[in-house]
Amino acid sequence: MRSMPPSKEGRQPLSDTKNAPEMVNITINGIQHEAVAGERVIIAAEKAGEYIPRFCHHPKLDPVGKCRQCLVEVEGPRGKQLLPSCAIYVTDGMVIDTQSDVVKKAQKGVLEYLLINHPLDCPVCDKAGECPLQDQTMTHGPGESRFVEAKRKFKKPIPVSDLVLLDRERCILCDRCVRVADQIAGDPLITFNERGNQTQILTFPNEPFASYFSGNTVQVCPVGALTSTDYRFRARPWDLEITPTVSLRDTVHSNAEINTSRGRVIRVYGATNDHVNDGWLSDKDRFSFGAINSDERVTTPLRKTGTGFEEITWADAIDTVSARLGAMIGTEVGSIGGANNTNEEAYALSKFMRTVIGSPHVDAQLGDGFEPQLAAAVIPRAKIDDIDAATTILVWGPDLKERLPVLYLRVRKAVRNGANLVVVAPTRTGLDAIATHVIRYRAGSGQDVIRKLANADKSMTAILETLAEGPVVTLFGRTSIAEDPRLAESVAAYGRTLDGAKLMPLLQRANVFGALDMGLAPNLLPGRISTTDTDASSHIEETWGPLPDALGRDTAAMLSGAVSGDIRALILVGADPVRDFPDPQAAEKALEEAEFVVAIDAFVTDSSRHADIILPAALWSEVEGTVTNLEGRVQVVGAALPPKGQARSVIGMLNDIATSMGAELTSFDVSVVSKEIATVAPAYQGITRDGIVFTSSGAGIVVPSQEAEIIVEMAPRYASMAPDAVPTEASGSAVIVPAQGTQPLGYIPTDQAVPMVTDRYTLHYAPAMYDDGVITRHAPSIADLVRDPTVGLNPRDASILAVANGSIVVVDGSVELPVRIDEAVPEGSVVLPFNHAATKGLQAVPAVTVEPIRDES
Amino acid sequence: MTTQILTARMEAHPSDSHTIERYLDTGGYATLKKTVASSKREDIVEQVKASNIRGRGGAGFPMGMKWGFLAASDPKYLVVNADESEPGTFKDRQLLERDPHQLIEGIAIASFALGVNRAFVYIRGEYSKPARRLQRAVEEAHEAGYLGENIAGSGFSLDVTVHLGAGAYICGEETALLNSIEGRRGEPRLKPPFPAVEGLYARPTIVNNVESLSNVPWIVANGGEAYAAIGPERSAGTRMFSLSGHVKKPGNYEIVMGMSWRDLIYGIGGGIRDDNELKTWIPGGASSPWLIPEHLDTAITIDGVVEFGTMLGSGAVVVMDETTDVVAAAHSIVRFFAHESCGQCTPCREGTKWLQDILERIMAGNGRPEDVDLLLDVSDNISPGLVWPPAMTTICPLGPSATAPIISITKYFLDEVNAAIEGRQAAVV
Ligand SMILES: Cc1cc2nc3c(=O)[nH]c(=O)nc-3n(C[C@H](O)[C@H](O)[C@H](O)COP(=O)(O)O)c2cc1C
Ligand code: SF4
Ligand code: SF4
Ligand code: FES
Repeated sequence: MRSMPPSKEGRQPLSDTKNAPEMVNITINGIQHEAVAGERVIIAAEKAGEYIPRFCHHPKLDPVGKCRQCLVEVEGPRGKQLLPSCAIYVTDGMVIDTQSDVVKKAQKGVLEYLLINHPLDCPVCDKAGECPLQDQTMTHGPGESRFVEAKRKFKKPIPVSDLVLLDRERCILCDRCVRVADQIAGDPLITFNERGNQTQILTFPNEPFASYFSGNTVQVCPVGALTSTDYRFRARPWDLEITPTVSLRDTVHSNAEINTSRGRVIRVYGATNDHVNDGWLSDKDRFSFGAINSDERVTTPLRKTGTGFEEITWADAIDTVSARLGAMIGTEVGSIGGANNTNEEAYALSKFMRTVIGSPHVDAQLGDGFEPQLAAAVIPRAKIDDIDAATTILVWGPDLKERLPVLYLRVRKAVRNGANLVVVAPTRTGLDAIATHVIRYRAGSGQDVIRKLANADKSMTAILETLAEGPVVTLFGRTSIAEDPRLAESVAAYGRTLDGAKLMPLLQRANVFGALDMGLAPNLLPGRISTTDTDASSHIEETWGPLPDALGRDTAAMLSGAVSGDIRALILVGADPVRDFPDPQAAEKALEEAEFVVAIDAFVTDSSRHADIILPAALWSEVEGTVTNLEGRVQVVGAALPPKGQARSVIGMLNDIATSMGAELTSFDVSVVSKEIATVAPAYQGITRDGIVFTSSGAGIVVPSQEAEIIVEMAPRYASMAPDAVPTEASGSAVIVPAQGTQPLGYIPTDQAVPMVTDRYTLHYAPAMYDDGVITRHAPSIADLVRDPTVGLNPRDASILAVANGSIVVVDGSVELPVRIDEAVPEGSVVLPFNHAATKGLQAVPAVTVEPIRDES
Repeated sequence: MTTQILTARMEAHPSDSHTIERYLDTGGYATLKKTVASSKREDIVEQVKASNIRGRGGAGFPMGMKWGFLAASDPKYLVVNADESEPGTFKDRQLLERDPHQLIEGIAIASFALGVNRAFVYIRGEYSKPARRLQRAVEEAHEAGYLGENIAGSGFSLDVTVHLGAGAYICGEETALLNSIEGRRGEPRLKPPFPAVEGLYARPTIVNNVESLSNVPWIVANGGEAYAAIGPERSAGTRMFSLSGHVKKPGNYEIVMGMSWRDLIYGIGGGIRDDNELKTWIPGGASSPWLIPEHLDTAITIDGVVEFGTMLGSGAVVVMDETTDVVAAAHSIVRFFAHESCGQCTPCREGTKWLQDILERIMAGNGRPEDVDLLLDVSDNISPGLVWPPAMTTICPLGPSATAPIISITKYFLDEVNAAIEGRQAAVV
């Protein structure tokens, strides 16, 4: 099954493991230094203060020694030898000369060679000013050219993908882009063509460089040969302002920098935090920023009129909202969302709801996640670094490549370095090709797989042998919105029984982990405190005043409450339940029926269009604060720009509404709010924005895993789901897994098979990186990359239905789509694109009908 | 001396030396049968070590020593280098075409000695007839039980795969060759790791030339010492020379090393065409720097020629007479290397083409006084110091090979080069 060449250097020693790297003595230019045995000489020399010029060397890529810029002399049995310092490794007693006349001449010679065919069009090149070729020509190069022959000519630029252009004349053939595509992304779609002096980078015929990680090639290119379509000719590097931040396109929080010029974001670059993203970004992280500049942004407060919306002043908006909400009983108000905001904003919302409004009904998840306490406080929680250290990785959750792409890169890296990988999913995932074992199950029957694993069923022997090789890190989450959320709980419970277990919860939305940590869940208070934990909540009450007594409602219960009249007002905070809640029609009905809806949003969406008032929200790059990723790492997001138009941070608007309601919420200053969190939220004790900026040297701080007992209640949390809509529950067979630590984590059904759905197709709602999400839709560079929608069917089912590839079928009586016959879809199930314009409105139920359209004539 | 090891059979039986019938009839496969039946693997390796045979592919590395480096873990592979693309070299072709079973027996004995059960022969794509002959011979050997499962009842098994190249000289370099078999671009790999540790499909691999392996049956049959006794010390055994250019009798000749260049060119080769004056010759393939008449009476030995800054390389001797335009000759070789560069490392990719461009400019009458210095300095940046054996700024020796003709013409024919630069007719013609 596995088809990936191993990395040449194997598993790198983690700095925090017990096996500290072996140190040896080397001599560089006559001076003794200590160096890490086995480290590349170029890196050891740099640590010792000797910078050796280089082009093809990249610390995250296998060495190729191609450009020859880094040649040094090394003493050997047959005298001094010129060797590429990027491709040789430190050994004890090594004697290296980086300065000899031979070395200097060789380095100068290589630079001259690189320049003879280079177009030297620096005045119009995007790279000029941040170009290693320019820089090293200044420091190590020849003064003038001796080349009087004709330069090499190529047609240029040529597109290699939808997002990247190539200028072959500028290319110095360093092989970095090829290696990033192959070794890092696993998309070996760019390659060297021709040979000798005609050697050039190209894609394969009729195969564009379609990779979710293509932008990284632009970033690693040491010259201006690869450029992204959206940045070309837009700016000069010396005009750019740089704001360090993290990407919020998913919960990995890849480190990034925002480049602005003349008040606009014009580029997003990856930044290196080895604990998180190794410097890589997904193309979605990199190319989404166009949405910030979108003309469709809501830039003033809006009030619904009979025909649409009218612009109103902030004062008017605040008055209206506070008057309407103030006229209701606290528990008649609910807030949905907050996962796209900073921790400080989420905290302000949590406090606003619970103290100013007096309502416990807050939920940052939209029925598309799972038990908040499990997500926020799973024990023992894995860090991203633990993936590198794992012997075996079990992935049972959303397709990482589509949903958490940079985490997918991390798992790839671990597998390249020798880790086992077991992937469990209802259809093909991006990781299958490199997995040691793949378990594929009919959507809806996941519990059956767990039961077999837990019972050591004979069919699982080989897989269980692999899972016995600990430490095992389990990455768990819902494989699809149509899947019962309790399955993820069972997976976590199972993962916890494995040797050396560490668990990583997989939720996708931006800062959802931060939002949960700030108490944006019906059963959580800030700092991972259960609402039922009276000791801890009284600590919070010391600052906040009394907390509401009532039991909180989750999104499903708030939406049904809006229909029944129990809930009169809904506050949507960057939330679009009509798109994201499993039952879109129910969500739409709730928003229509609610007496008053406020939407804090940057766009008019399918949900916010139902709002009475829309308050324009600042977006990523416009607000500063802290955020918390899927491992619990708190990092800082930066504000590169003021919010567009009259948009504001949530803290500001909630403070104003509170004041208008005669209450006091919190500070307008993010640093002060952050300090308040550090006092109020137990798990965040001592973790402040300023502290991270000044002390963590960019790495962020991981919230320590809590030791307090967390009770996961199994009962009526998903009341809104119709009982018959849950085919995977094997009632009565639940076994509570004995807690190893202090946290009972749910059940594994051990003795009963899952009831079979026979009359319909069980649904897997497959996510894609480019979907119909609001930001993607408004980001011009990537908006067109959404794949055409299809219905994935097993060949046997297709033949029973008598349909072929491309035949149109009707799903659940409402959606017509072409068939894609796919072996990777188990019999009896159907795969639909999630969050696609074509399937919007379709309910994410466990099972659907599929009927062919017959030509009646 | 007229010792013949490799060519005896084809000389005696010119019409059918390639058939298995003739091979068996002249004692073929007897050594293999005996070896697999009763020899210890280590003993065979010892015999090859004792023979002092050095590789015939170009680098002249002692074959027994290389075999000794093969890492122990299974599976291991033997790869036969039949890419023979060095201009002037055509000896392996004859061995493949005229005595393929001799090679197969050599492969089988070597594989037995090395613990290899899978061998590959990489033949240059243009060699269709030799490839067909070899493929046929492999099939014959299979049918006769000298290849395949349980060879001659010994329990030893070996499969041989014949693999055709696609026309790249660089695929003769052993690691580029391995990449090519694996379906990758024909680019030399960084060494270390050497193939004996991490070769084909990252497994321990021995790469040997066709001629090197064709000697193995004789060495094992007659004993290493007998082989070592032939020819001078450190240049043991016979050797195939491909003699071409301006000689009266071009062709492949199996000679015992130690003879003089005069005996080779004027004796065996029958002298220069039209009885012209000898001007210069390439002693070991296009990669080797040239020799001139003052070297005629020196001995042909692997180490001896190093003194004159060159090598016996692949055994291709290309003779040039007084009518030769050395700038044009150098250009033709430099152009070859520039064209055949794999392009992965900067000095070779850019430098060889630059050398070619400069020579073309000179030949077009646009030379400049500084061009000799420039030619030498561009060469020096590929092969620092222009010493022998060459130092290199490159990954493999192809780049430095392109400097051989530059070194040669500026060392021996500077006047002629300057004349070309000044646009004069070469003085010597
Ligand atoms: C550019 C280049 C081309 C080569 N071409 C050949 C070739 O065509 N045939 C060959 O046997 N060896 C060739 N070699 C030498 C091989 O790399 C290798 O040394 C040889 O096959 C080893 O076999 P031997 O030890 O039996 O000589 C070439 C080397 C270089 C650097
Ligand atoms: S395009 Fe850029 S990264 Fe790729 S080989 Fe050329 S110079 Fe290197
Ligand atoms: S020296 Fe030339 S042929 Fe050899 S690896 Fe470098 S570019 Fe390729
Ligand atoms: S940096 Fe070492 S060869 Fe390119």
